[in-house]
Amino acid sequence: MRELTQLSTENQVPAADKARVGKKKGRDIGRFLPLYLMLVPGAVYLIINNYLPMAGLVIAFKKIDYSLGIFQSPWVGLDNFKYLFSNNDALNAIRNTILYNLAFIFLGNLLAITVAIALDLASNKVLKNFSQVVFLIPFLLSTVIVSYIVFAFLSPSNGFVNNSILPVFGIEKAIKWYNEARYWPFILTLVFLWMSFGYSSIIYYSSVISIDKSYYEAAVMDGASAWQQIVYITLPILKPTIITLVLLAVGRICYSDFGLFYLIPQHSGLLYSTTQTIDTFVYRALLELNDVGRSAAAGFLQSLVGFVFVFGANWLVKRLDRDSALL
Amino acid sequence: MITSSKSVSFLVTSFLVLLVVVSVIPFWLLFVSSFTSESYLIHNGYSLFPQQFSLAAYEYLWGVADSIGRAYLMSVIIAAIGVSANLVLTILFAYPLSRKDLPGRDAISFFLFFTMLFNGGLVPTYLVYTNFFHVKDTLAGMIVPNLMMNAFFVIVMRSYFTSNILDEVLEAARIDGANEVQILTLIVLPLSKPIISTIGLMALLVYWNNWTNGIYFLTTRTDLYGIQNYLNAVINKASFLQSQMATMMSPMDIPNVSVRMAIAVIAVLPLLIAYPFFQRSFVKGITLGSVKG
Repeated sequence: MRELTQLSTENQVPAADKARVGKKKGRDIGRFLPLYLMLVPGAVYLIINNYLPMAGLVIAFKKIDYSLGIFQSPWVGLDNFKYLFSNNDALNAIRNTILYNLAFIFLGNLLAITVAIALDLASNKVLKNFSQVVFLIPFLLSTVIVSYIVFAFLSPSNGFVNNSILPVFGIEKAIKWYNEARYWPFILTLVFLWMSFGYSSIIYYSSVISIDKSYYEAAVMDGASAWQQIVYITLPILKPTIITLVLLAVGRICYSDFGLFYLIPQHSGLLYSTTQTIDTFVYRALLELNDVGRSAAAGFLQSLVGFVFVFGANWLVKRLDRDSALL
Repeated sequence: MITSSKSVSFLVTSFLVLLVVVSVIPFWLLFVSSFTSESYLIHNGYSLFPQQFSLAAYEYLWGVADSIGRAYLMSVIIAAIGVSANLVLTILFAYPLSRKDLPGRDAISFFLFFTMLFNGGLVPTYLVYTNFFHVKDTLAGMIVPNLMMNAFFVIVMRSYFTSNILDEVLEAARIDGANEVQILTLIVLPLSKPIISTIGLMALLVYWNNWTNGIYFLTTRTDLYGIQNYLNAVINKASFLQSQMATMMSPMDIPNVSVRMAIAVIAVLPLLIAYPFFQRSFVKGITLGSVKG
């Protein structure tokens, strides 16, 4: 509509002015040219790093022949997918990814909200500040270092758990942690919570401290206990933040922290039934088993379903809380 | 919240103290065991209290200082190049996007945002980088793939430019005859030091802690390993040996438990020492990220 009116006014411009308008337009492009040039390096990088691999997803329908190149390799239809689901490995990885994510989302947010509220309630300033500093340390570390720490705890022969914790409970027999799959859902969930609770509680804490203190003052006047303040003031005000963070996490339900599932279990094959996720499956198929077809098929499903979830989550977030959506 | 209840503050204090202990104790375990004699570790395992103090692990590491030093140096080089490249790409992309008068701004934003919604994943990315760009076993393989630009950092930086640099300032500079490059370098950047240091710090952590590019792209050139991949190679060797031992039911344990812990301590220490100085900036990065902009 605006363009139309602009056009019509331009049409009414006398001939003498027309030249000036044209010149101004030329100057405009000249003016913005440096800005467009600034965009070039980043755009080239995004094309190489993000857009070319998107196009490369077609290899899920091809049989890769390196001598022919990626895009010239022959089409094989759905063969890679049939092969992918010919045994239970992929289904197991998909199941693990989703179940771990659900547990992480539920427990992670619960813990983070609890910590944020505890930080807000803490009256001791020193403890309050000190804990905020310390809680972020696990998040700061690389997963490689975390795998060292977990190994120090769980090493079967001289780990801290087998040598110092279990004997306290009267268990003298060493548990071979890296051989027994059934312990790993608990171990990985604990490690995840340990690594991430500082980060997520800081996010919640920044919302909690922005709550107007006068609400609490009024509630206290009416005789509200700390618990009642949490239930009737803090949580309702946090609700949009909680919904947004949970939705964004649900959007990433097809993805997992590769390092957590690859490094922390020390690549122990005996643990795959409970530690394999889509990301480790794709990595192992591609680089350890040289099975490009299966790997590409699994990756394709992850990207596609992942996109639907990310997009859906964002759409919902946008409807609920415009400022937090990506798009 | 406001409370004067003794029991509530007791509960809160104990909860926080417990979490502080839980956050720090694993490092303590790492630290103490690196100073414990090998024989004690083998016979009694890791312990929270220093037993049989020994500097043997560190003496040993001093002897092989060149291989660890090399990995450290590589990490520093990779991080220095990577962070600079990341900042340049981020600033150059964010500044034009922050200009409301730029024609085609929405399309360019979408081009950026879309990379956050959809991605090709590991397999095509790996094939593109190894077959088209031949980054396998090169320093570029450690720096370029996945890490050099992050749509998220661009959005945070763009929002900072939009909300902190007034249009009037830019207009005044233009009237004074400054071109776009001058406006960016002489006016926008000096006004944006806080966000540049925050994003630079986040990028530094990304590069310093990255180990995935090493396992994806370095197969033979292990001399290009940064400290993370070096550590990963060490523990892989150790846990392999240990599983062999376990199946043989050998009473012996693998050697150099304390040495491994000492390497981990050396790898973490600089970060922990620097952390209090950048903690504020780090927290700002996290909260900025959460609210986007």
